[in-house]
Formats: sequence, C-alpha cells, structure tokens
Amino acid sequence: MVHWSAEEKQLITNIWSKVNVADCGAEALARLLIVYPWTQRFFSSFGNLSSPTAINGNPLVRAHGKKVLTSFGDAVKNLDNIKKCFAQLSKLHCDKLHVDPENFRLLGDILIIVLASHFGKDFTPACQSAWEKMVRVVAHALAHEYH
Amino acid sequence: TLTQAEKAAVVTIWAKVATQADAIGAESLERLFCSYPATKTYFPHFDLSQGSAQLRGHGSKVMNAIGEAVKHIGDIRGALAKLSELHAYILRVDPVNFKLLSHCILCSVAAHYPTDFTPEVHAAWDKFLSSVSSVLTEKYR
Repeated sequence: MVHWSAEEKQLITNIWSKVNVADCGAEALARLLIVYPWTQRFFSSFGNLSSPTAINGNPLVRAHGKKVLTSFGDAVKNLDNIKKCFAQLSKLHCDKLHVDPENFRLLGDILIIVLASHFGKDFTPACQSAWEKMVRVVAHALAHEYH
Repeated sequence: TLTQAEKAAVVTIWAKVATQADAIGAESLERLFCSYPATKTYFPHFDLSQGSAQLRGHGSKVMNAIGEAVKHIGDIRGALAKLSELHAYILRVDPVNFKLLSHCILCSVAAHYPTDFTPEVHAAWDKFLSSVSSVLTEKYR
C-alpha cells in the first residue's frame, strides 16, 4: 500500500478539484499523440490523426481523453487503494488492449505538463512532486496485473 | 532531427524564455530536486535551498548552454562539444537524469508561458531537449 502524507493528499486533491476533466483529458491525450506520435499505434480506429490540428479537433480523441482522465479521478478518490481500484483496468490493458506500460509513464509526464500549463505558479515544485508520485503510482497499478 | 518548423518553434519560444532564463533555470532545478531527490546526489557541495545563490547560478549555467544550442540549432553537436566532453569524462551524470531535467524544464516553460506552449511547441521542445541530451551523453562510452 502506498503511503501518502497529509500534505501530498492535500496537494493532489486540491489541484484535482479545479481540473476540468473533459478539457484536461482531451488535451492530455491529444498532446500524447502529438508529442509522441508512435502512441497513435493504439488508435487506428480514431480516424484522422494526420496533424496536430486534426488530432486536437478529433472528437474520438476528445471523448477518449475524457474517459481516461475520469478513470484517473477514481484513483484520486481511492488514494489508499489504487492497485485494487485499477486491477480490472490493468488486466484489460494487458489482455485486450496490449498496451506497453511505458505508455502509462508517457501519459503521466504529459499530464504533469498540462497541469503545469493550467495552474502556472500554483503548480509549485512541491505540488509537482506529489503529482509525479501520483502518476507513478497509477502507472504502476495499471501495469501490476500484466503477465 | 528537427524539421524547419520545429526549429522555428524552438527559437520563437526561446526568445521569451531568455528574458527570464535565470529564474526558469533555477525553477527547473528546484522542480528536479523536489520531484527526483536522487538527483541531489550530484550536488552534495551545493546549498539547494529555495532561492540559494548556487541554485540560481547553476540554473543560469544550464540555460545559457541551452541558449547556445538554440543559437546553433543546426549544429548542436558542434555547439556543445566541450560540454559533451565535460559530462562524459568529468561529471558523468547518469544519462537517465537528462530526461528528468528536460521534463522539469518543460514544466517550468509550460507554467510560465501556457498560451505559447501549444502542443506543436511542446513537441518541438521535447525533441530539441532530447537532442541536447543525446549530444551531452554521446561520448560516455
């Protein structure tokens, strides 16, 4: 079980309460596909991903980004039990989606940068540190059931 | 290798970052040491407290080097040849750390210039810093 200090919990939930999940999720996923174009390999059914403009305007990317970040929100609500919370999702990503867990780390990095751009000064080094831990724990939980 | 558009994106944002290079450099290091405490092992001789003169001085050094790379974006290897040797033979910072610092620099730039830091600019900078990191570690062995 991961130990979260009171300060870490506060920094995480405080930021999360101000996040627009739909917008932030869409932006994070779009940036993932733009900055690391090889990640597009998982989304051949999404239609036009041929340019940053196409990716940003793609409704499937938007919808999926929202879905992904909504799941992330479950982790925020279950900080003391993230592994259990994501056990099924982990199996799904391994058995059905065949996603290399490295991609979870890439998305985590992108999410941090998106949060930095949204919160500016408020995304202090201490805040970033708590969130780096958060994305690390989530990525680990999502990879945990891989075999 | 960076496309013309990517080079242009890097150069444009750099013009803005350069006006606050020292502050952004110090902030990036602060973010690095805070999120990745193991990176502090390379600075046992430093006062790493927030706002320390050494932190600011070193942040400045790092950003100046990046500025040189931007100025010679067509030949980063040439521009950073001496620094590459320094890192390979003297400093020997483990290669994994360049990714971590690059990430923190991106965070600082995103935090300071959110409207300029579009996905395309983000991609160009990620690629550029990756190039810089490659050059700095290419003589390691």
